[in-house]
Amino acid sequence: MAQEEQSTRSIYTDLDDSTDEEINKWERTFRLWRETLKEHWGMLTDELSVKLSMLTVAGFMLIAIFAPFIATHQPLQRQFQGDAGIIQDKWAEPSLLGGDTEYLLGTTAEGFDIFSQLVYGTRAALLVGLIAAFFTAGIGTLVGLVAGYYGGKVDDALMRIVDFLYGMPLLPTVIVLVAVLGPDLWNIILALIILQWRSTARVIRSQSLSLRERPFVKAAEVAGAGDWHIISRHLAPNVLPMTFLYGSFGIAWAILAEAGISFIGLGDPNTVSWGTMLQASRAYSALSFGAWWWFVPPGICIGLLVISGFLIGRGYEEITNPKIQ
Amino acid sequence: MGKASFVVRRTLQLVVTLWAVGTVLFGLFRLMPGDPTSYVVSSQMTQEARQQLIESYGLNDALHVQYIRFLENLVVLNFGQSFHSNQPVTDIIATYMPNTLVLMLTAFIVAYALGITLGVLSGWYRGSRFERSTVITALTARSVPTFYVGLIVLWIFGAELGVIPMSGMTSLGTGGQSTGFLDMVFTLDFLRHLIAPAAVLGFYYMGYPLLIMRTSMLEVLSEDFIDVCRAKGLKERTIMFKHAARNALLPIITAAAIALGYAVGGSVLIETVFAWPGIGREMVRAVLRRDFPVAQGTFIVLASTIIFLNFVADLAYGYLDPRVTYD
Repeated sequence: MAQEEQSTRSIYTDLDDSTDEEINKWERTFRLWRETLKEHWGMLTDELSVKLSMLTVAGFMLIAIFAPFIATHQPLQRQFQGDAGIIQDKWAEPSLLGGDTEYLLGTTAEGFDIFSQLVYGTRAALLVGLIAAFFTAGIGTLVGLVAGYYGGKVDDALMRIVDFLYGMPLLPTVIVLVAVLGPDLWNIILALIILQWRSTARVIRSQSLSLRERPFVKAAEVAGAGDWHIISRHLAPNVLPMTFLYGSFGIAWAILAEAGISFIGLGDPNTVSWGTMLQASRAYSALSFGAWWWFVPPGICIGLLVISGFLIGRGYEEITNPKIQ
Repeated sequence: MGKASFVVRRTLQLVVTLWAVGTVLFGLFRLMPGDPTSYVVSSQMTQEARQQLIESYGLNDALHVQYIRFLENLVVLNFGQSFHSNQPVTDIIATYMPNTLVLMLTAFIVAYALGITLGVLSGWYRGSRFERSTVITALTARSVPTFYVGLIVLWIFGAELGVIPMSGMTSLGTGGQSTGFLDMVFTLDFLRHLIAPAAVLGFYYMGYPLLIMRTSMLEVLSEDFIDVCRAKGLKERTIMFKHAARNALLPIITAAAIALGYAVGGSVLIETVFAWPGIGREMVRAVLRRDFPVAQGTFIVLASTIIFLNFVADLAYGYLDPRVTYD
């Protein structure tokens, strides 16, 4: 370890003569990462569809943050008490369509304000999407880098785990995991992370396999750089675009999966999400009653957010894969 | 490493993966909260009768005994009996699996026929408005959840217009179990039930082959032999379909095998929306009522479909592309 520090210093002294060794090391790593990101950000925002998608995501983020100010009612507070549990005959018509009520999109059969549920549902979707994507991309990248760099038995062991995960059908596995762990938003996120890092790991591994044969990695090796040094400073910045690509696809997949799980009836009963809204509308046969203001808006929100994730990812793909440009 | 040893190694891997899936599944279902017998045991039952019933399912044995018996049964494809209906799980699978396959295969054929054609065209006419709009359509198709599209279709065509049935696979009283499965498939009533879920799924699955085919076409079009074709003075259409598309088809074949596996695995949602009596919906229902044997059996069928089709895709690649080497 001590020797590694020594050699690191000797290579880079002419590049940077700051005295603080530790800070310096991290600074350089971050600079490398930042430069890659900055360059891609510039190329990315050139494309119109990507710009629009980013605006959409930003818009949803604002709605999620300011949900309590935008929503007109508490999303899980009954607006009127029926004698029976179901208040179907008391459905409030949406005031947007000329209904004489204070509810923008009317109320559900359970008596909840639909507009407020829609607003609060943004929080659940973004929470699931961002956290699941962050961890799937993060874990996948780390595993991929380690497997690709070390090769041999480490690679074999890690890739067999990935193969096993690829053998598990996504939704059924998440359903079983959520049934075991309990219907809770965090458990859904956990189940998604457990399964979804597989694809990132596979791609990053094949990238780092080819990267580690490149001259600049060999040179670093000869110069005596340690494993972690090479992984974090020579491999990671080069696979970062792929990580972000899979991260943005990951947001989309996680949101879709959460909506599906909730729709099946394994959603968190204490959280409002677009999936649980759709499930409730199906359970109270809003379809047959033609109460489309209940089930159309949540689906449009899911679609908008997911397509934004895909378009950002695709924009990124065009940058990272020059062959399809 | 030669082709033969690759096949052997890949087969071994297949067996190990199946074992791992089974083991994890066994563990998960034993960890599941809730008493599985509460659905079978009625409250009037005496304590002794209840114990006897639990005993008969082997739920009192030590875990490792249960595990070994589970593995033995797995090898001979005996998944036990449903806690709920007492039917053998194998029978339940045999009842529901064909329904899922009919739906999935119909959707798949439509999706790949359309997707490949549109993919070839959009790769060929790169940069045109046609290309832009097909790509956007493909992305939209993949972004809106299938169950949501299903709901909308049910609302518009089922509830409002009344042209498609709201649920199920057959209207009560026609077809069904009394006649054979094939007799039922070829009735007009069945087709009326099939068309909506198959169209929704087909639309969703179309995006994937379309995007892959487009990318693959772009790569093929940059190769020299296309220039040679042009130099020979071949017609543009001949180059597009006979030379470019045929060479671009390779990634689609493996992708299709893998995607079909995941489609069967992902049948859960569409079957729930349309109340299609398939294996995915049956799995969800079994999980929700803690019917371990059925949930376990159906899950294993879904997982092994994926694992097996991945295996087929891996082998097929070697046979179809002579450039593949095994090292």
